Amino acid sequence: MLLLLVTFTPIVAAILIMIGLPARLTAMAASVLTLLISAIIFLRFNATSGFQFVVTFPISPELGLNFALGVDGLSLLMILLGAIVLVAAVCVTGEIEHHENAFYACLLLIAGGAIGAFASLNLFFFYAFHELALIPTFLLIGIWGTGNRRAAAWKVTIYLALGSIILLVGLIMLYRAVPVSARSLDLRMLHAGQIPASLQSNIYLVLLIGFGILISLVPFHTWAPEAYASAPAPAAMLHAGVLKKFGLYGLLRLALPLLPDGARQWSGILLVLLLANIIYIGLVTIAQRRLDWMLGYSSVMHMGYIFLGIASANILGTTGAAILMFAHGLSIALLFGITGEIRKRVPSLDFDAMGGLAKAMPLAAFAFGLGAFAAIGLPGFANFAAEIMVVFGAFQNGFDYQHFHVFQWATLLALWGVVISAVYMLRAYRRTFFGSSAKSELVITDIRSGFRVPIALLVSVSLLLGFFPQIAVNRLMPTFRNYFSATQ
Amino acid sequence: MLPWLILLAPLVSAALIALITGRARRLSASISVVAVLVSFICSCIVFAKSEIAGTEIPWIEFQGILRVPIGFVLDSLSRTMLVLVSGVGALIHIYSPGYMRDDPGKSRYFAALSLFMFSMLGIVLANNFVMMFIFWELVGLCSYLLIGHWFERDSAADAANKAFITNRIGDFGFMLGILMVWAATGSVIFDDIIPQTWRITSNPTFLTICVLLIFCGAVGKSAQFPLHVWLPDAMEGPTPISALIHAATMVAAGVYMLVRVGFLVQASPVALGVIAWIGTVTAVMAALIATQQDDIKRILAYSTLSQLGYMIMAVGLASDEAAMFHLFTHAFFKALLFLGAGSVLVALHHEQNIWKMGGQGRNLFLTFVTFGIGMLALIGCPPFAGFFSKDAILSLAYNRNPAIFGVALFTAFLTAFYMMRLFVVVFFGKPRSPAAKTSRESPTSMLVPLAVLALLSLFGGFHFFASHFLTLPHEREAAAFIPGIALVAMLLGAAGAIILYRRRIEDPLSINLLRHKFYFDELYRVLINATQGFLARVSGFIDRWIIDATIVRGSSGATWSFGALLRLMQVGNLQAYAFIFGLGIIWIIYFVLFR
Repeated sequence: MLLLLVTFTPIVAAILIMIGLPARLTAMAASVLTLLISAIIFLRFNATSGFQFVVTFPISPELGLNFALGVDGLSLLMILLGAIVLVAAVCVTGEIEHHENAFYACLLLIAGGAIGAFASLNLFFFYAFHELALIPTFLLIGIWGTGNRRAAAWKVTIYLALGSIILLVGLIMLYRAVPVSARSLDLRMLHAGQIPASLQSNIYLVLLIGFGILISLVPFHTWAPEAYASAPAPAAMLHAGVLKKFGLYGLLRLALPLLPDGARQWSGILLVLLLANIIYIGLVTIAQRRLDWMLGYSSVMHMGYIFLGIASANILGTTGAAILMFAHGLSIALLFGITGEIRKRVPSLDFDAMGGLAKAMPLAAFAFGLGAFAAIGLPGFANFAAEIMVVFGAFQNGFDYQHFHVFQWATLLALWGVVISAVYMLRAYRRTFFGSSAKSELVITDIRSGFRVPIALLVSVSLLLGFFPQIAVNRLMPTFRNYFSATQ
Repeated sequence: MLPWLILLAPLVSAALIALITGRARRLSASISVVAVLVSFICSCIVFAKSEIAGTEIPWIEFQGILRVPIGFVLDSLSRTMLVLVSGVGALIHIYSPGYMRDDPGKSRYFAALSLFMFSMLGIVLANNFVMMFIFWELVGLCSYLLIGHWFERDSAADAANKAFITNRIGDFGFMLGILMVWAATGSVIFDDIIPQTWRITSNPTFLTICVLLIFCGAVGKSAQFPLHVWLPDAMEGPTPISALIHAATMVAAGVYMLVRVGFLVQASPVALGVIAWIGTVTAVMAALIATQQDDIKRILAYSTLSQLGYMIMAVGLASDEAAMFHLFTHAFFKALLFLGAGSVLVALHHEQNIWKMGGQGRNLFLTFVTFGIGMLALIGCPPFAGFFSKDAILSLAYNRNPAIFGVALFTAFLTAFYMMRLFVVVFFGKPRSPAAKTSRESPTSMLVPLAVLALLSLFGGFHFFASHFLTLPHEREAAAFIPGIALVAMLLGAAGAIILYRRRIEDPLSINLLRHKFYFDELYRVLINATQGFLARVSGFIDRWIIDATIVRGSSGATWSFGALLRLMQVGNLQAYAFIFGLGIIWIIYFVLFR
């Protein structure tokens, strides 16, 4: 029941807003309600067993098609993330010049769709909810975006649609690979070992490409920075923070447990790609000359660490990956939220044209600093705890005293990525906020004090998990322990 | 309970200031001072009561795979460090309000200072590698915040970035070393690793690599060659910060860490050799540079580098006792020197060039006396604190490695030279600027810490005092003439400086190589530009013009002609497209499932 509420509150609110209820008020109420319910679910979740809060409505038993929702530790974290970022995104939304109701409806649909996808126990709805969330993303960029928004909207639409279709093909292949007697769309019915090892390789590859496009895995990443640079801040927050995690969630939920042999076969390629995400994209990020593009690329880069956790395919790595998904969502949402406010105040986000904003915008500088240091893995924030698990998990794989093997080298490069991320993030922070102000005649005001609410929300949750990561680890443990006890 | 109070009192203070009392600057300062006093008093109690044991709570726990607690180690080493860090910290907290009197960012300053105390005490208390790394990074953050305190200044903002990024390079090695130790022994907790050390030591190459990687962390944090470049620039921060973080405590964390994991470090002769020589090179290089600097704080910064070099050298010569002894005395006299310099700077309205000072001995008498004591301690004049600890290191070097002894002796000579130069130029002669003529002594709140530190610099090295805190090193076979030689080197250096610099109004020497600090900054700039900068530009180009423009746009162009279906849907309206797209998906699923 609670899950139905948390999934449909944003969606119903979106419909009500389109019907004519006051947009901002309704959106605010709905998002806070969503957050409250997901917090209740989080607190009442029993950290020792599998899917909980399950609701099922049969649709077509012979196909195994039913509308089923349920949460385990992994989906629990993702749903909570969705609810938190939704509240933050609604809070930071300022004046919308036209079609205010549609704007808020789109925001709510992204969050509702993402939460629905995370809560779905049925492959069909898992996919359909994601599509539901994708479409308003395109609209938000195309209609309310900035800069070259039409080109960006087209690009992201085509690119992500392509990813979705490849994903769909992969899902169908997955469905058909299971012997007829055991075929089901219900996630609970799918188990490791049902799919013959010989078929796993191809399915895994298709899923990896499909999900990979959605996650901006190199070389399928070029949509991301452009889209985030053009998207209105709340849309960028929700997409980079929440919806993009759908692909990673899919890999953790489907590819890893159901296709362990496929995962093993492609792990070499995946390592190369994810290191490209970390090192190559890290260098590209250093080369960026605009704040919004820099952030877009940095978010692409951090996907590499989550992939590293997934690629290491052990309990440390995957737990770290799941927590990093959550942590990255919080920090990138904060950064995009503040950047959106800066965009409204300065003529250009070019580093050369900015500087000294900390004097005029101390609160913004403080918040951006928190987000920036969280993003580059400063201890105390959840990102650090997660990255520790990821690098420990990766380093452990195939370790011996005599030589470094692939995973050790990969960990080494990933650690160098931590240096790279400090370079680009601190440089951007310094160029934006420190030094002498470039345009002294410009009168710049600080962000509204109402911004304290989303900032406090995002930062405090990140700090809480950073100080007490075990809260998340305990909830994730049953899920991932199943994965690896079944495959070994 | 008490150890938690030591650690958390400053954190609470930082949180209170950041969240609540940001506007009330004087209140913020008081909160911060109270917090550090709480830490100091608790540290003294913990120091006195040896029955207080360490505790721990879990932080990350994966049964049988990885266990990272937040736990405290309370042995004589950490107890001494607790008292030292919180004690010097308390003095500098008391000094700070006077120095930062009119600063609009005073609350921010004290919040960061409290956060620093929390982080530094965390390093001291850490009972495992990961916890140490956590606080290791946090002191780096505080250092960044405080170096960049005056963020409107480009030089301060750049220096802050440089410090953080340089430290991250060191931490890259540190983390890798931690991973290797963990992978080999299955634990990150010091007490659990010790019985498993054989797993590492049985493979000498592995051990050497492990130790050198861990040493990387110390190279970054303790600003050893080749990562020393950040520390002189860190002088952009307020002077009390230079005293606390960039002289007395944080930069010594590298030495403390090496001593803490001595059970690994001391097992690898190869790594010890590297460590000893890195320390030696740093010591002499920094001392050489210091002889030709004109900025009072930079001279002191290079002297810090040089003294840290001595400590690292002692670690490398396999004497943790000598390293800790020098760390202990250095904390007093270097904090004293920086605070004394701060007192001069306040009197001279933040003029840092020593050639614009002169004659301050008369105007700032108390500062002059205490600074003099600090200087004598630093150059190793008996009976001041530095004499004993430096003598211990020199004797050690003489016994273990004559080449290093030679360099260390030369460094002692240079130390006396550059410190006496500074002292003569600043405090004697005629005032050389209007501000120098009218300078007035600093407020009492600033002079009290000076007096206390001067006393400690006087007595800190004596056996009756230091032996309460440390196991003092004693080289039995040390030749009795070592102190004599050291004394001669010191007198030569000091006399040389007095002869050369008495009554000068500008530097008679001008050695470009030293003035430009061996061109390290320039060299690194070229190197970074040639590697990272070049790679970044190439990657940026590839991403924009090859992956995006050619492949993605090109293939998306091909896609347009690929499907007639897509072409039909190209009605130019995004909403319509999105709608048709959704329908299409449903249609495909229907087709697949029901065929």
